[in-house]
Amino acid sequence: MLLIPCPWCGARDEVEFHYGGQAHVAYPEDPSALSDEQWGRYLFFRENPEGDFAERWSHSAGCRRWFNVVRDTRSNRIKHVYLPGEPRPVTP
Amino acid sequence: MSRHPELGNIDRSRTLRFVFDGREYHGHPGDTLASALLANGVRRVGTSTLLGRPRGIFSAGAEEPNAVVQIEEPFPEPMVLATTTELYDGLVARSLSGRGRLADRPDPCRYDAVHAHCDVLVVGAGPAGAAAARAAESTGARVIIADSGPPAADRTRAYSAPDPHGLGTGPQTRVLARTTVVGYYDDNYLVAVERRTAHLGLDAPPDLARERVWRIRAKRVVLATGAHERPIAFAGNDLPGVMLAGSARTYLHRYGVLPGHRAVVFTTNDSAYATALDLAAAGLTIAAIADSRPEPAQDWADRARAAGIEVLAGQLVTEARGDGEVASVLVGTRELPADLLLVSGGWNPVVHLFSQSGGTLRYDERLGALVPGESPQAVEVVGAAGGDLGHGSGEPLWFVPAGDYSRHFVDLQRDVTVADVWRATGAGLTSVEHVKRYTTAGTAHDQGKTSGALTSALVAHATGVAPGGAGVTTFRAPYLPVSFAALAGRDRGALHDPVRITALHDWHAARGALFENVGQWRRPWYYPRAGEDMAAAVLRECRAAREHVAAMDASTLGKIDVIGPDAAEFLDRLYTNLMSSLAVGSIRYGVMCRPDGMVFDDGTAIRLAEDHYLITTTTGNAAAVLDWMEEWLQTEWPDLRVTCTSVTEQWATVALVGPGSRAVLGDLAPGLAVDRAGFPFMTWRETEVAGIPARVCRISFSGELAYEINVSSWYGLSLWEAVMSRDVTPYGTETMHVLRAEKGYPIVGQDTDGTTTPQDLGMEWIVSKKKPDFLGKRSFTRRDTARPDRRRLVGLLPRDPEALLPEGAALLAGDRMAGHVTSSYPSAALGRTFALALVSGTHTTLTTRSGVAADVTSSVLYDPGNTRRDGAETETAAPPAGGFEAPVRRSPLAGFEAEFDGLRLAEAPFLTQVNVRTGTPLTPPGTAVTDGETTTVWLGPDEWLTVGPGAARGVDVSAQRTAIRITGPRARDLLAHGCALDLHPDVFPPGRCAQTLLARTQIILIAESDGFLVLVRASFAAYLGAWLLDAATEF
Ligand SMILES: [Zn+2]
Repeated sequence: MLLIPCPWCGARDEVEFHYGGQAHVAYPEDPSALSDEQWGRYLFFRENPEGDFAERWSHSAGCRRWFNVVRDTRSNRIKHVYLPGEPRPVTP
Repeated sequence: MSRHPELGNIDRSRTLRFVFDGREYHGHPGDTLASALLANGVRRVGTSTLLGRPRGIFSAGAEEPNAVVQIEEPFPEPMVLATTTELYDGLVARSLSGRGRLADRPDPCRYDAVHAHCDVLVVGAGPAGAAAARAAESTGARVIIADSGPPAADRTRAYSAPDPHGLGTGPQTRVLARTTVVGYYDDNYLVAVERRTAHLGLDAPPDLARERVWRIRAKRVVLATGAHERPIAFAGNDLPGVMLAGSARTYLHRYGVLPGHRAVVFTTNDSAYATALDLAAAGLTIAAIADSRPEPAQDWADRARAAGIEVLAGQLVTEARGDGEVASVLVGTRELPADLLLVSGGWNPVVHLFSQSGGTLRYDERLGALVPGESPQAVEVVGAAGGDLGHGSGEPLWFVPAGDYSRHFVDLQRDVTVADVWRATGAGLTSVEHVKRYTTAGTAHDQGKTSGALTSALVAHATGVAPGGAGVTTFRAPYLPVSFAALAGRDRGALHDPVRITALHDWHAARGALFENVGQWRRPWYYPRAGEDMAAAVLRECRAAREHVAAMDASTLGKIDVIGPDAAEFLDRLYTNLMSSLAVGSIRYGVMCRPDGMVFDDGTAIRLAEDHYLITTTTGNAAAVLDWMEEWLQTEWPDLRVTCTSVTEQWATVALVGPGSRAVLGDLAPGLAVDRAGFPFMTWRETEVAGIPARVCRISFSGELAYEINVSSWYGLSLWEAVMSRDVTPYGTETMHVLRAEKGYPIVGQDTDGTTTPQDLGMEWIVSKKKPDFLGKRSFTRRDTARPDRRRLVGLLPRDPEALLPEGAALLAGDRMAGHVTSSYPSAALGRTFALALVSGTHTTLTTRSGVAADVTSSVLYDPGNTRRDGAETETAAPPAGGFEAPVRRSPLAGFEAEFDGLRLAEAPFLTQVNVRTGTPLTPPGTAVTDGETTTVWLGPDEWLTVGPGAARGVDVSAQRTAIRITGPRARDLLAHGCALDLHPDVFPPGRCAQTLLARTQIILIAESDGFLVLVRASFAAYLGAWLLDAATEF
């Protein structure tokens, strides 16, 4: 049971959260300008790294806010928490 | 085998009777089943599962591989360790061969779970654990000590027991006896199982939870889990009478049991000498100590010889002999008569929990064992668990060389021998994980507690790698078997999952409605009259709706208030059709797709004002749609000035359907112009219905003239009763499904499956061509989405008008799969059966695999010209029935009040609540500020809830939630049964608030001076009330 630090409510049990997949996958500016392949990449392709991963979470049973974290997928250690729209922090 | 006259922490003044394998025996309080059996001379406690060999008690603790028994009384429980089962009067057990027997009746006992938080969790209360606990207590820390044994007070004379006066005396210390930590998870989250009443046997109080799962979040963990003694593989090492040496010492000191008369000790290290000396002093004959070391520790050897014990240095036991139990022991070529063979192959630190924490393990050559390395979590290991064994060891000895290894047992539970391991390595397997799967070693009930290290060493030996080089299998949770009942806790029976109900639920139940589960909602399915089966009831309800007037409780539809200057733009992006062009006062049906173009939800949008919509969602999808809207608003379109608020439970909704609905509505709402021109289709009106402020929408999900009447759910039952007083037929979800299917209206999730586009449903008309973009638009031109052979929604009329096609049935065109049935019903209006299906290609006839043929038709089978939706041009209104009863306001938990020792629960009904969205903070995060009678509660960075009569601008959600006030000194203890937050007064003092989970519901929790106010959504209130009363059973 991960303890996930909601930027608004503080650390809460994982069951209060909803996972939102990879962060920083922006909705394309003009989908109609994209080829099928480009649009397909947006729809279906996501990273699956071993190591640091920037991902989205929603505190669905709490404040209902979305936020981003950088989590090491090997250890589950959460290294950064930041708000949507903020750039991914640089991990040393 | 007998009792020592003095030793042991048992109460000899009391005798306990028990039955094992049909024979009655006696023991004493303080005994385990195993110690009492040994005291009675019972040696054989099981039969091996594969080879049928007799097996005896091998150890004195959780590592036991043999003494796995079936408890029969007081309640059947399979595969219980005799070595850890405390004896009670009336215990009935029997030996097993591999498998136990599950009870054929429900377990009558209660089980529960509690959340706990601490600064330091100490696992194990042996000397090292007790010292760590005392040190932590002295700093004023919040300490939890968990130990598998009985409480210290019950074992004051116990060997190696902690000082009972120095432990658990800290002001913030909680001692959990009979509690085994079984799992160590991320972020120092540990799960323990407390066995609370099993040791009381037939006297166990039925109100007490038999087992309790502790979910512990610890800032720091100290593992003092000790060490398990290792066996050695030699011929006949599975005979009853072969026992781990340290266990024999435990039987002597803790239970006063001499587990034999004449023993041979076989050891690789010093630890077994203490056993030999203690047993000799207690009167047991030690025939010899065979020490594998050529030069045993001089002082121990001298002490043994001084006690008259022969020490055979550098000698190995080559065989245990006997018929059914040990009768003699072969040391080299010498055969020594003995009925007990005590073995010590060294000790393995119990590193299970440390490994589960993510810790690395290191092979210690001196110990021949794995010891803790580094862990990413805040954990330390003390005492024997850390490799500090406190005695000298020698060269590890895993097996005694022989010509035939077929009776050298490695895993006693799985009957795996050294020969089996050689067979695996001989077949080319070099990984311990593979050998485990090939031989099954380590896969039994004990998960290899005594066999794992041995298997690994044998693989290393056979493959020629260094000892420890073959690795080990993963130490997975749980450390010990945990019953499903304990894991389920109180989430059983009626509390298994929340049951959501509407304000009208009691009426439905009282009228004999049968219910259908829709998500967590319980909805009336149909209302059978005397003598009616389902088909007859549904046909009658359908007829009433098509020919007269009928009503349904539609309160479960999700409702979301969408407010803000950009609300129209926001909905234009979410829905496939235009919502910005909707006039205030009007209603539009809409479909939402995911970006991949697949239908996600459908419902209506009601425009209440320029900047204010109310949208409805499907019953099962309400939470998902709100999450979806928040996701896009917060992560993609933060520039849009829109807020979304769930008001599902704020409103009770009654669908009034049928040609007679206009007259009924006109009668109940005298102030409302109900005529065709005055109240057109797809518009809404504010009015009073049956004296209750209401919003009436003229929408139809049946094709008939119909209205949806929305009132505050406090008045929902009054509205419904007024409607029912007008000779209106109540109908349930089945009739609703039939009526909509006759019109070809799809149900998202039934006629769609996540691969269905609006076009597949024949709803091209709902896909806007004007909007530059909306979610899903780009995908409609993707090659796959635009494929001409996609499955599309069609109607089916079985050739046999009585034949009902099974929903889900495959449909064949010739011998080719063409699609499947999504909905299928008998229809009163059509006078026959019909179905909807998703079908690829153009066909006139399709057949099911069982050969039922059906003609393919349009999906709209009833009133394709929509002639019925506006009702009759002029109608003769039924004479008014003469007013209605004065409306009564009702709260979801009316009358909920209960008092327990130190605890009081009561509903605080009818609180005015307003959801306020503002960029100007009203209270700091996580706080609730009371000003006079109104409390302002922080919900999020731009969201507050005002509770109380004070005026606030926002969305009225007074009936969305009700409140339960929990007061008294034990309020925190009660909440800890279902709330994972740390509610310690230092952490969550009065004035703190949080949105979190309680049991399986979301709540808003507000700490008050004398307890807590819990705000819970009205539909969950009955569940939560029942859950709280259940959790308070022990108070
Ligand atoms: Zn939060």
